[in-house]
Order: sequence, then structure tokens, then C-alpha cells
Amino acid sequence: MHRTGELFGQYRTLEQQKETASLGMWVFLVTEILFFGGVFLAYTINRHAFPTAFGVGGNMLDLNLGFFNTIVLIASSFTMAMSVWSAQTSRKKLVPVFLILTLVLGSVFLGIKVVEYKQKFDHHLIPGHSFDITYCSKNPDACGLSPKKLEDEKKEIEEGIKAETNDPNTAEGLAKGLVGLNAHAQLYFSLYFGMTGLHALHMIIGAGLLLWLILEARKGRFDANYNTPVDNIGLYWHFVDIVWIFLFPLLYLINLHLA
Amino acid sequence: MSEHSEHIVSPKVYFAILMALLVGTVVTVEAAKVNLHQWNIVLALAIATTKMSLVILFFMHGKYSPKRTQLVIVAGFFWLAIMLGLTLQDYSTRHAEPSRSQIYGPASSFYIRS
Repeated sequence: MHRTGELFGQYRTLEQQKETASLGMWVFLVTEILFFGGVFLAYTINRHAFPTAFGVGGNMLDLNLGFFNTIVLIASSFTMAMSVWSAQTSRKKLVPVFLILTLVLGSVFLGIKVVEYKQKFDHHLIPGHSFDITYCSKNPDACGLSPKKLEDEKKEIEEGIKAETNDPNTAEGLAKGLVGLNAHAQLYFSLYFGMTGLHALHMIIGAGLLLWLILEARKGRFDANYNTPVDNIGLYWHFVDIVWIFLFPLLYLINLHLA
Repeated sequence: MSEHSEHIVSPKVYFAILMALLVGTVVTVEAAKVNLHQWNIVLALAIATTKMSLVILFFMHGKYSPKRTQLVIVAGFFWLAIMLGLTLQDYSTRHAEPSRSQIYGPASSFYIRS
């Protein structure tokens, strides 16, 4: 692990050494693109198979929290980019400032994610034994649903049930539809927790890396001559931002015109 | 390869990109509220792809990277396109045969919409 910026024997210049490190980071990020790509692919195929159930599930997410989190994460990418700039221009005092801002914004994102997960837990939307897509429409007070939202949700669940049955005219057919809707809404929420969970795990790892960077940056370690760790961890952080840029519309936004 | 040190992107550019990304986020939310039927998802993905390109080109210095780094970036998305494209074309052409639900009944139509 080179921490000081000395030139290693296999390189001719510091610049070449730095570019090699950056190239290596990109190769790692390509594996990450394909890793998340597989998850997005699973989402696409299942969404295509059960569009109505996925729409019903998606509309139970909190759009405002998702929107706010998107803003927070984009802002954190900006502060990360600024910490790279500070290092490249040898503004040694500024580097930890921007890194700390990035860490704070990243923590806000994760905190809001916790609030959202807790909300889903309260609304019986965790896949498993107690999952019940109709919980909020049956207990609107417990979920804090406005009359308008309640009406929409009931209408959407009705749509969802009809989409899952061959026989919407009998009670038996409707019961079957509800079973199907619950099953496939659970599939949606499994993917929701899987995708946002993997993303959050990347954020937590990123936060750990930032913490280390902050401690090193406070010693004045990063400057124009040596800033590879700031640059590479920055690349990782921006990548995690990009994943969220796709998760936000796919999970929160494209369901709004269901009923 | 340039012999001089790396290209430094100015804070002005970073700030402009930040603003563009924030505008993009607002636009994508507002666009989702308009009912464009099947075009909602296309528009959402187009905006997300634009935002991603801005992040890669400027925040991640893709625009100023050496050619071989750029090649790695492009190769990553090329492989992603192969994975997505070939898998989806498989799923989308399975209708050509009688669907499983037509043979076995609706319970087995798990991944196939008939």
C-alpha cells in the first residue's frame, strides 16, 4: 500500500502511476456495473411479468423521502468532487472539510433509508409471514393515509386483484386474485429491499472509506503530488450515486398512473 | 499521453453539473406526474441516463481520462448491454411458442404473460 506518493519501480512517472491506479479502479467499477446490472435485469423481467402488482407496490413508497434522498446523494457527489479538487490544488485544509460534508450527507441518506424501512415494517410490507398489501387500506389511521390517498390505494388494489385473476366476477376468483397480488407485491418488495439494501451496503462501505480518508486528510497527506485515495474513493462514491439515479425512478416514479 | 499532470476540473464546472443534476431530478419527478402511458418509463430512463453521463464525464473525470480508461468505461457498458439485450430478447421472444399457461393452466404462467 503506497501512502506517501513515492514513485514505484515499475512506473516511469508519478502520473503514469496515478493513471494506472485510476484504471484499476475503473476495472473494479465495471464489475460493479455488471453486478448491479444483473439485479436491474431481475427487476425488469419481473416487473414486465407483473406490472400491476409492481405498480401497486411501488406506489406504497414515500415519494417525498425518495426525492429528498436523491437530492442529498447528488449533493454528496458534489462535495466529494470538491474534495478531489481541493487535493489536486493542494488546499490541504479544505480536503477534510469537503470529505466530512460528504460523510454527513451520506449519513443523512442512510438515516432517511432507515426511516423508510421502519415505515414499511409498520405498514406490513416486509416480505414474509405478516406481509399484507391491504394493511394500510384497512387501517388508514395507522398508516396516516389521507382520504384521497386511501381512495387511490383502494382503487389500485382493486386493479391489482383483477390483474391477478381470470375470474373477477366471483368472490372465489377475487380471493385468488388477492393471493396473487400479495405474492407478486412481495416480489416487488423483495426486489425493493434487495436493491436498496445492496445500495445501502455500498453506502456503508463508502462511509467507512470516507472515515479513513478524513483521518488521513487531517494529517495533510493529500495534495497535488499525491491524491490517489481521494480520487479513487471519489470514483466509488460517484458510482454509488449513479446506481441511485436509476433506482429512484425505477422504484418510486414509474408507477404513478396505475389506477 | 500528456506529460503534464492531470486535468483539474474547476469548481465552476462541478457546480454547474450539480445544478444540472438537481434540475434533472425535479424534471424526472414532474414528468412522472404526467400520464404518458408507456413513454413514462422511457422518459425516466432517458433522464437517468443523461444524469449518469454527466456524473461520469465530469464528476468522475471521464471526459479528461486517458483513452484506455475511457475504453474500459465504454467496455463496461457494452458488456452490460450484451447482458441486458440478449436476456431480454430471450424473454420477449418466448411468445412464439404456445405459452406454458396455454398448456398447463394459469398457475404455471409465472414469467410469461399470455
